[in-house]
Amino acid sequence: MVSYSSVAKRYPGGQEALKSVSFTLEPGELAFITGRSGAGKSTLLKLIPAIERPSAGSVIVNGQNVGALKRAAIPYLRRNIGMVFQDQKLLYDRSVFDNVMLPLAFSGHAPREAARRARAALDKVGLLGRERSNPIQLSGGEQQRLAIARAVVNRPALLIGDEPTANLDAESAARILDIFVEFNQVGVTVLIATHDQALVERYGRKVLHLEAGRIA
Amino acid sequence: MSAWLRLHRQAFLAALRRLGTLNALVIGVALSLPAGGYALLEGLRAVAGRFALDAQVSVFLRADLKRADAEALGSTLRADRRIASVRFVPREEALKELAAVQGMSEVIGALGQNPLPDAFVVSSKPNTLEALAADLGKLPGVAHVQADAAWARRLVALAGIGRVALWLLSALLGLGLVAVTFNTIRLQILTQREEIEVSKLIGATDAFIRRPFYYLGVVQGAAGGIAAIAIVAAGLALLNREVAVLADSYGSTFRFAFLDAGDAFAVVLFAGLLGWLGAHLSVTRHLRAIDAS
Ligand SMILES: Nc1ncnc2c1ncn2[C@@H]1O[C@H](COP(=O)(O)OP(=O)(O)OP(=O)(O)O)[C@@H](O)[C@H]1O
Ligand SMILES: [Mg+2]
Repeated sequence: MVSYSSVAKRYPGGQEALKSVSFTLEPGELAFITGRSGAGKSTLLKLIPAIERPSAGSVIVNGQNVGALKRAAIPYLRRNIGMVFQDQKLLYDRSVFDNVMLPLAFSGHAPREAARRARAALDKVGLLGRERSNPIQLSGGEQQRLAIARAVVNRPALLIGDEPTANLDAESAARILDIFVEFNQVGVTVLIATHDQALVERYGRKVLHLEAGRIA
Repeated sequence: MSAWLRLHRQAFLAALRRLGTLNALVIGVALSLPAGGYALLEGLRAVAGRFALDAQVSVFLRADLKRADAEALGSTLRADRRIASVRFVPREEALKELAAVQGMSEVIGALGQNPLPDAFVVSSKPNTLEALAADLGKLPGVAHVQADAAWARRLVALAGIGRVALWLLSALLGLGLVAVTFNTIRLQILTQREEIEVSKLIGATDAFIRRPFYYLGVVQGAAGGIAAIAIVAAGLALLNREVAVLADSYGSTFRFAFLDAGDAFAVVLFAGLLGWLGAHLSVTRHLRAIDAS
């Protein structure tokens, strides 16, 4: 599903976020990426939907070399990847429901089918009762779940979470990770970045530990 | 409905929702100037053109001339090869025509006698008109000759200048329309900046992002065009109420014609195209700025 070989990423400022990272994520697998702040977790994840391009090495997603992808092909790559951003990137000028509807607008779904899918996604993360609220009215954990609902509404084969449990109490964090696990159980490949080592150990899954841009 | 159609309908509806009435009105007022000017000019050109084509000379006879002498003069005129047609207007008929004008019958009554002379109205080609008028003035029994075409030709020339001025005005206001649209779209992109950024991150194509802005430019321009047509129609209707009074007093049925369907459609189409252009320039420039960040 995802395969990195000798991937390096140097930002324009000269900061080397990744230095020769190699790993493979099989279809249907769930893996964690751990590491301290600044270790390069977000950078690693952003290469998958081509938000950033690798400086060296190759990033293969679903058989496609993402680093060499044409600009026009990128939107279609992203539609097959559900991304939960570290800063969530929710839109606060519209309802919870309309936030989830956003990705469905691109693909030209019939309005009724789109609404049905949006409700199904909200139902899976336990926010069906809050669809008319504004995201600002949601708690941190609820906002995180809304971000997940938006990421999965297009039924992606790959789901990525960048620190989805940051700033949450243990119980809320566990609930978020359980949602990711549920998607993995129905066949979605999942990759989650977190600095919460203890939480990760409870799940007993594959862990990629990043240290200063390398997998340790 | 296909996904493609649905995406376009969606973008069109979004554009309608964001359409500012005020912007459309501003564009409408601006466009109504050249459109209205065009309608007025066409009206004037029609009048002037008619006069200039069958250029007329009024030949007023001496008041003491006998009717028999006048008829002899008529035969002379008809023999002149430069003259296309001759119409004799006896003084009684001229008086009757004058009396028909509102308020004039009292004046004539007060005069007690007919002050008008017999006259001939002859028509010829416009280019021989002045020479002809000079010759006719020398004939015995002729008191005064008036060539009507001079002012008409001046009017045609003036209308020509007016047309050029209108083209310049149209070009300027067209540029204004592009600028207004450019700015509308710029502001719209700014207010939607977050939505655009997030949409691109999660799989929106450039075409999807741009589409509603193009629609907004076209819809706003076309709405302005429609507003301009409405303003011109209302203006001409008001004007014609006054023109009717004046024209009727001359026994004329002249009214300013409203822009015909083709012209009205052209105004709306042109405004829509300029709106598209403004949107294109704005989208190209401002979405690239978002891309770069
Ligand atoms: N856009 C950027 N431009 C320049 N340098 C960047 C950029 N993004 C990240 N970096 C640098 O790259 C390194 C790795 O950053 P990254 O965000 O990947 O870390 P992280 O592991 O996600 O950290 P955190 O846990 O705080 O989110 C850091 O040193 C950071 O300063
Ligand atoms: Mg990070």
